[in-house]
Amino acid sequence: MNSSVIVFPGSNCDRDIALALEKLQFKNTMVWHKDTNLPKSDLIVVPGGFSYGDYLRSGAIAAKSNILNEVIKAANEGCFVLGICNGFQILTETGLLKGALLKNKNLKFIGKDIFIKVINVDNKFCNKYKKDQVLKLNIAHNEGNYFTSSDHLKELEDKNLIPFKYCDEKGNIKYENNPNGSLNNIAGIFNDKKNILGMMPHPERMIDQMVSNNDGVNLFTSLLN
Amino acid sequence: MKFSIKVTLKKDVLDPQGKVVKQTLQNMGMDTIKNLRQGKYFEIEIDENNEDKAKSKIEDMCKKLLVNLIIEDFKISRI
Repeated sequence: MNSSVIVFPGSNCDRDIALALEKLQFKNTMVWHKDTNLPKSDLIVVPGGFSYGDYLRSGAIAAKSNILNEVIKAANEGCFVLGICNGFQILTETGLLKGALLKNKNLKFIGKDIFIKVINVDNKFCNKYKKDQVLKLNIAHNEGNYFTSSDHLKELEDKNLIPFKYCDEKGNIKYENNPNGSLNNIAGIFNDKKNILGMMPHPERMIDQMVSNNDGVNLFTSLLN
Repeated sequence: MKFSIKVTLKKDVLDPQGKVVKQTLQNMGMDTIKNLRQGKYFEIEIDENNEDKAKSKIEDMCKKLLVNLIIEDFKISRI
């Protein structure tokens, strides 16, 4: 499977995701934001970081870069797109995913391991996970507080477009286990066709038992499945 | 021609920064404060003589980049 990782000035998780993809047998290419051609890809990853120093709004400037036009085209043609952390913010700013990511409810940058529950496994990104499986992943963000209109929120729930929700170690989804104030404890969402996934937690940081754990591995192997 | 743009969070969007600023002002003794919302401000000078045309160009800039219409409102004024 061919993957492309988009690199912006200020991206800082691009190498981590490249390492994860290569370890899991993707043939990966790094693509600079000024490029106007996207290599043929089965998966495009918009990585985490602080693209353009988070100027204006997180992800707002990156969403207008040259390569994003190509990403939008590819996404609309059905290519799989994964936005992690700042990548999720960028995807919402392009309109590929609806909603917005606001400042965390406590106004602090949060960098810690958290638990999320896999809500929907009937899709290309999560089919190797078990339904209701609890994953320990890492978050590192200042704007992860997912917000959308009440109509869209209902649509997300009704159409099962929320793959991950923040929870406790045992999988209880309660407001106390919501690190950033996200609506309905949302940690990640799909578009309607489920070929675009945006998520705040970092699966690429959980691919090696020696360093952290293996909870992120199945997200990538699901795509290969 | 010069314009100012005020960007504010929509009514139903929580504004934790504004809340903290309000609390701090209250703690400083300014306790008559009723409500406070924090926003953004831009000044844009544009090379255009027709005010209507200039305004519609500024509006386009707001919709395409300066403002996230899901969470923010904006108001354009000539200065």
